[in-house]
Amino acid sequence: MAVLVIAEHDNAALSDATHKTVSAAAKFGGDIDILVAGEGAGSVAEAAAGIDGIRKVLHADDPALKKQLAEAMEALIVPLMDGYDAVFAAASTSGKNIMPRIAAQLDVMQLSDITGLEGTDTFERPIYAGNAIMTVTSSDPKKVVTVRTTSFDAAGEGGSASIETLEASAAAAKSEFVSENIVESDRPDLTAAKRVVSGGRALGSDEDFEKYMIPLADKLGAAIGASRAAVDAGYAPNDYQVGQTGKIVAPELYIAIGISGAIQHLAGMKDSKIIVAINKDEEAPIFQVADYGLVADLFNAVPELTEAL
Amino acid sequence: MKVLVPVKRVIDYNVKVRVKPDQSGVDLANVKMSMNPFDEIAVEEAVRMKEAGTAEEIVAVSIGPQQAQETLRTALAMGADRGILVKTDETVEPLAVAKILKNVVEAEGPDLVILGKQAIDDDSNQTGQMLASLLGWPQGTFASGVKTEGEKLHVTREVDGGLQTVALEGPAIVTTDLRLNEPRYASLPNIMKAKKKPIDTREPDEFDIDIAPRLSVVKVTEPPQREAGELVEDVPTLVSKLKTEGAI
Ligand SMILES: Cc1cc2nc3c(=O)[nH]c(=O)nc-3n(C[C@H](O)[C@H](O)[C@H](O)COP(=O)(O)OP(=O)(O)OC[C@H]3O[C@@H](n4cnc5c(N)ncnc54)[C@H](O)[C@@H]3O)c2cc1C
Ligand SMILES: Nc1ncnc2c1ncn2[C@@H]1O[C@H](COP(=O)(O)O)[C@@H](O)[C@H]1O
Repeated sequence: MAVLVIAEHDNAALSDATHKTVSAAAKFGGDIDILVAGEGAGSVAEAAAGIDGIRKVLHADDPALKKQLAEAMEALIVPLMDGYDAVFAAASTSGKNIMPRIAAQLDVMQLSDITGLEGTDTFERPIYAGNAIMTVTSSDPKKVVTVRTTSFDAAGEGGSASIETLEASAAAAKSEFVSENIVESDRPDLTAAKRVVSGGRALGSDEDFEKYMIPLADKLGAAIGASRAAVDAGYAPNDYQVGQTGKIVAPELYIAIGISGAIQHLAGMKDSKIIVAINKDEEAPIFQVADYGLVADLFNAVPELTEAL
Repeated sequence: MKVLVPVKRVIDYNVKVRVKPDQSGVDLANVKMSMNPFDEIAVEEAVRMKEAGTAEEIVAVSIGPQQAQETLRTALAMGADRGILVKTDETVEPLAVAKILKNVVEAEGPDLVILGKQAIDDDSNQTGQMLASLLGWPQGTFASGVKTEGEKLHVTREVDGGLQTVALEGPAIVTTDLRLNEPRYASLPNIMKAKKKPIDTREPDEFDIDIAPRLSVVKVTEPPQREAGELVEDVPTLVSKLKTEGAI
């Protein structure tokens, strides 16, 4: 038996999401190979080869793969699947974009965003914004799986797998990369951070979002998140959104500031170890999941907290 | 340009779902159902394209029970021109939905299909991508902006690190993210008008495809519940509690 794991990377660095996906694949069982598809991603392939327990790394390097667009990735991965029983990727925007196309070509149902698995047929996944957990068995001959990375520990380092070069098939592309606006930040990645501070609609403006959230995040070495309302209002960029339809986080410490605690928001953070909520309304639903709640005006409490740290 | 918009009838997003005691699923009896919020955004986008003169006709499609007709009526009241109901009481998984939609696409010949990025009941996030692959079409998923540039469709996508824009050679698939637009409420006159718009009812059997589920549900359970903790007096108390916990 063999599993193919699709590496998550930006051509320069391998994301920790890959290590977590490898752990999920290890629970499935069999040999694990990692596919690194990109352009100039040699260092990523080397990093992947260093993950513990990997049989080999398949490295496809081609300008057409630079942005890992779904159409090009489908053309690359589908022919490889003859040699694999399953393909795993992180349930990131990249994994979500690519994997269903592979499932469709293999004529199988994708197992989306799994939080657990038992053997090779039984998978656990949240539905209804995490308000229910569904356990399913799949009768499909091959499994196409995306992994909720917060539910799995990262695989360790120490491997020395061989790297095999793949010829990328440059299919006539009907999709083309135009541009991107990727936020460069020295902050820890939201989905992998040990501490997250998130701001809600109550911050009131992008100036205040920055003025109150950044110093606190800096003091804690935390990543910054936001509710959808804050993102919608333009106080925070879209990649900050935590929730059912944003990012799923499970840090050691999550501080929700001026966030009411709608089910769609809770879906993205309720597996955090310690939750702190600061909200001026003591009836706010966020307090029902918070370990420590502070009923206060954030514009006083946040600077005071920042000062006290 | 002709636009097809698949719309799913789902539990309303404000409803807190309850898991059935026998663990067979969630309780949908007497629960408010609505159009999947992402599909409202898809309909809105199509209607705006029509208003801007880039789209001529909007066809809404729903696969589901007879009541999914109400979902189609909502789409018609928002501005879609006609509806297609593929009626079934069975569970239809995303792969099967994509196969049915492929047949509808082949019959209708749209230039663009706009779907939601995710149905808020199954949270699968796969139907649009599957449909694109089955048709051999390019896709712009998680769209926060869509515009035509010459022969191409430029789709701005919400990706983990920020935003990415891709150019698609049509026909193409777009799936919507929350910030693409803010869907309108249907006005009363438009709701009345929608009652006269045609809805064509089909059966899955008419399509020569296998829609039997591939997944069987073992159980549906409650997630671990979090206990509400304590309210702390002031910031110093909070800080000392967090220190005791080793959180800071
Ligand atoms: C399909 C769909 C998907 C969604 N996905 C997501 C998602 O992924 N993530 C997400 O977050 N939301 C999501 N939402 C939106 C969600 O339903 C809520 O609307 C949103 O989370 C509310 O954000 P908020 O808590 O910041 O704003 P509000 O609900 O407006 O809450 C603001 C809070 O701030 C408090 N407050 C006000 N002033 C102060 C002050 N000075 N000091 C302290 N507290 C103050 C108020 O008491 C209130 O509790 C989704 C909605 C839909 C329909
Ligand atoms: N039964 C259905 N009828 C119509 N459209 C559907 C159906 N199921 C899924 N879709 C479409 O596919 C999108 C993604 O759904 P999913 O892949 O289930 O998360 C939805 O937002 C709809 O646009």
